[in-house]
Amino acid sequence: MTGLFPTSGENSGGGLDFITWEQAWCSEVLETPVRPQVTSMAAPRLPPPDPQFVLRGAQSAVHALHFCEGAQGQGRPLLLSGSLRGLVHIWSLQTRRVVATLDGHGGQCVTWLQTLPQGPQLLSQGRDLKLCVWDLAEGRNAVVDSVLLESVGFCRASVLAGGLQRWMLAVPGRGGDEADTSPRPLLLAGYEDGSVALWDVSSRKVCSRVACHTEPVMGLDFDSQEARGVSGSAEKALAVWSLDEQQALQVRGTHVLTNPGIADVKIRPDRRILATAGWDHRVRVFHWRTMKPLAVLAFHSATVHCVAFAADGLLATGSGDQRISVWSLYPRT
Amino acid sequence: MLPVDGFGFWEGRELGKVNHRMDPEVSAVRLTILEAVHILSSSEDGGRIFCTLESLKRYFGETENPALPEEQEEFARIHFSTFLRFLVGKLSPDWLELLPDGQMEELWASFFLEGPADQAFLVLMESIEGAASPSFRLMKMVQLLARFLSVGRMAAVMEGQCRQQAGPAFPLLQETLLTKVVGLPDRLGNRLQRENLATFFPQNYFPLLGEEVLRVLQVVVDSLRGPGESLRPRETEPEVLSRLLGNLVTKNKKAQFVMTRKLLFLQYSCTMPMLQSLLGYLAMDSQRRSLLMQAGPTTHQVLKELLETWGSSSAIRHVPLVQQRYVSKAILICLAHLGEAELQDSRDELLASLMEGVKSRLDSSLPPVRRLGMIVAEVASARIHPEGPPLKFQYEEDELTREMLALAMPRPAADGPSEAGPSFALVSGETPDRETVDCSGPQAGPEGSDSELDSDDEFVPYDMSVDRERRSSKAPSYVRGCLEALTGSEDWERWEAALWALEGLIFRSPAATQEVSVELAKVLLHLEEKTAVAGFDGLRQRALVAVTVTDPAPVAEYLTTQFYALNYSLRQRMDILDVLTLAAQELSRPGRLGKAPQRGSPDPGSQPGGAVVPAWRAVVEERIKRKTRRFSKGSAGQAPAVGPNEFNLVAGYFFFPLLQHFDRPLVTFDLLGDDQLVLGRLAHTLGALMYLAVNTMVAMPMGKALLEFVWALRFHGDAYVRRGLLSAVSAVLLSVPTEQLLADLLDELLEARSWLGDVAEKDPDEDCRLLAVKALLLLEKLRDKLLPLSSP
Repeated sequence: MTGLFPTSGENSGGGLDFITWEQAWCSEVLETPVRPQVTSMAAPRLPPPDPQFVLRGAQSAVHALHFCEGAQGQGRPLLLSGSLRGLVHIWSLQTRRVVATLDGHGGQCVTWLQTLPQGPQLLSQGRDLKLCVWDLAEGRNAVVDSVLLESVGFCRASVLAGGLQRWMLAVPGRGGDEADTSPRPLLLAGYEDGSVALWDVSSRKVCSRVACHTEPVMGLDFDSQEARGVSGSAEKALAVWSLDEQQALQVRGTHVLTNPGIADVKIRPDRRILATAGWDHRVRVFHWRTMKPLAVLAFHSATVHCVAFAADGLLATGSGDQRISVWSLYPRT
Repeated sequence: MLPVDGFGFWEGRELGKVNHRMDPEVSAVRLTILEAVHILSSSEDGGRIFCTLESLKRYFGETENPALPEEQEEFARIHFSTFLRFLVGKLSPDWLELLPDGQMEELWASFFLEGPADQAFLVLMESIEGAASPSFRLMKMVQLLARFLSVGRMAAVMEGQCRQQAGPAFPLLQETLLTKVVGLPDRLGNRLQRENLATFFPQNYFPLLGEEVLRVLQVVVDSLRGPGESLRPRETEPEVLSRLLGNLVTKNKKAQFVMTRKLLFLQYSCTMPMLQSLLGYLAMDSQRRSLLMQAGPTTHQVLKELLETWGSSSAIRHVPLVQQRYVSKAILICLAHLGEAELQDSRDELLASLMEGVKSRLDSSLPPVRRLGMIVAEVASARIHPEGPPLKFQYEEDELTREMLALAMPRPAADGPSEAGPSFALVSGETPDRETVDCSGPQAGPEGSDSELDSDDEFVPYDMSVDRERRSSKAPSYVRGCLEALTGSEDWERWEAALWALEGLIFRSPAATQEVSVELAKVLLHLEEKTAVAGFDGLRQRALVAVTVTDPAPVAEYLTTQFYALNYSLRQRMDILDVLTLAAQELSRPGRLGKAPQRGSPDPGSQPGGAVVPAWRAVVEERIKRKTRRFSKGSAGQAPAVGPNEFNLVAGYFFFPLLQHFDRPLVTFDLLGDDQLVLGRLAHTLGALMYLAVNTMVAMPMGKALLEFVWALRFHGDAYVRRGLLSAVSAVLLSVPTEQLLADLLDELLEARSWLGDVAEKDPDEDCRLLAVKALLLLEKLRDKLLPLSSP
């Protein structure tokens, strides 16, 4: 749930320490209103693509995914997945096998994974109210530090890494969060009441807040170059909002979906497309600039919990059906 | 034409005349010729003959010292043909050798090739027909005629006719000439038999004639226009036609017949461009236009007759589909050419015949026939009655519909009334434009105006039809729950969810299903679409099939009784037939036991109307094909999956009750009357059940009963019913074991065979003929099988 972005104008310096965090609750699906079938007479379209490959063996629902660019200079990145049973699996995309399994959350669901760019360090957040820092260098897999969390919600943490050995972590909680010294980090947070807020972390106040959804926000992502973000919630719509020069958030539009419930939303690093993880078992792909729907991937047979893009554009989706599917859509040319 | 043997005949008659009429001016030519004739007949001196003939050429007007025009004219008119006959008479090997190197022959031939072409042609034809066969003279004349054609003298013949000619004999001459020109291939063929030259074959001769006609027309047009003007480079075809024919069609009965009847009603071989040119030609000029469309009661109206033919229920039954399409297209083209005002004049009349036709077409049980009705009705009603509510049918768009709708686009009528213009917009709006831009709600935000221009087209969306509403957890978990939800529930979400879940639940819990099977079938049969569920028909049908497969005997018994019960709609009755077929298909599927039931199997119910049957008929036909090959190859290619046919035990429940009451009309349901669509479907269903009962004990009695049914209905007027009967016969031949066919059904088969032969030859429906041929082939195989058995 991270949105990393430079502030417009004033802050082009090296230390980009901005963090985002959000808090949201999951709620049950209550309604399935009838939507009229819309038929399109346009030229016949290609059938939806199949996944490039599928990773099986997580042995429980996959709740977190993260691509880690080949630390040991390998050709293909590693994929990290966090499971319902508290295990973190590290997959080699080369062999498509599990390289290592980390167990540090006491059997509680792993909800968030993030590696730090400086070194082989991994952050993992679990439902056991712990945020662990792992050292993965040279095949080690030991917890070197951990932070106790106060929030029992579904909110995932967010990290912004800047210069050497300096990174900022935002974790959900009751009060303020630790923040490192940096020029004006900003943080986006999605709330249970459906609003998205922008925090000025150093002054610890809300710069702007906008109501995007009527249901809790479940995931958001931000395109810092266009100062535009997207959020998904338990309701049947995606919201697109933007941040203007005065750092005020503004809803630009909503995009109605077929079924309610978006667990995660990610914009591809090249900012061309975005993917959403749907409670309706489907992954939806949109063109980011126009929000034109591009594909509906109906591969999983249970709720899709998380989506992640690799730097090279590969898309991974993790689902309650214990499978991780990897897709190559609209490859970058 | 009298035969001409030599000079004697000419001499006697013509000399006498000359002697009587001592006209000095005329006699100059005559005397010259008489002298020449004398010399030619008496002299053996090659040089002298040569000079004499050469001197006569001045009458052709092409030499340095031509004769006077009057003399030329007189020569051509009075003396030339007689002289040519004389020359023909002189022809002999000796005579030709009077001069060396074939000079004599060349000179001789030049009279035929350079003189007035019409007479030369007539003399040539005459002498060929008169000459003894085989003879030197015949051979030479034939060669000369071939040469005459090859140097393009036919053009000269026709050109000569185009010049204004006077005299009472002219029409007679022209008639004779026409007969000879047209009949040349026949005459030469008869005369020469096997010696005929390729030039005279019709396939070579007529194209040549066509080219010559074009050349002449060009010459005529040029001479009419005078110098300076030339043909406009781009003329549409109707204009060319109009230029060529003028108003011939209104003046000449024969031309009128060809253009307004033969090409439109009696034949259907014109290509669409030809048809367009023809009708365009008729529409170009106001006089001709009246042929297409005029209020007068006596006038022959093309459009009205087309509409009547199109809508006549007898024509719909007995005319091949290709021709029906042809007539439909002709109507659309006609409409496109006619203006609003003209159509308004006889609107009531046209609408009446249109509606009559639409009714008979929609009554048909053949989908293509109905579709033609819909397309023409939509277009025609919009044109004839534009202010009325637009007629709109639901039909699938394919190549044919697109082609037809394109034909219906009005074109600006040259010459025609000026009102033709405005209607353009009207009909173009009629073409279906159902493109819906947005697939899933409002697009997010108008943002991105300042972003870089990355091309959106690069990302082509994939098919997103799978993106449907997800059924919520309201779906019942048990078959009984579904039953309750479908009957009592006012909760439509639950109702929908139950419908979605039902098929799966039935297959998962057969025992629970069997407890309520008949009740469930009843509910499903009477189920009405209460909400806009996508694919309601398919869901209901699949659930019904699942129930039938799970508990075949009671459910089939129930369904077959309901088929003949009161108070069902035709749709429900046809649903019953479809369900029985699909269930039987599933039951008889080899290797069905132990395998998961086929989910998401073919879903014919989701298609509208009669499109259901071809799906499984294609399956049957495909299997017939496969079977047929197997017969010829012996039993080598046996299918791998082997198991008892589960249909065996219950086939009777499916089959016999359906046969019981077909000839007893109910108040609301008369199979032998108006409800022939259901009868057709019944015939197909029985055939399919028969086929699926292969390898069962009951196949023989089923076959016997089915052949009786077929025999009773074999002359049914509806092609769809006949198709069903024919495929039923094939099914009997395939499913009943050979020995039993021969032992118990021989008489029936012999009867069927003569009927099949008749159908294969004479049936107006192409599919019927094809099916009959297939059945005959199966009978042949049977006979082949029989012969080796009886011979030892």
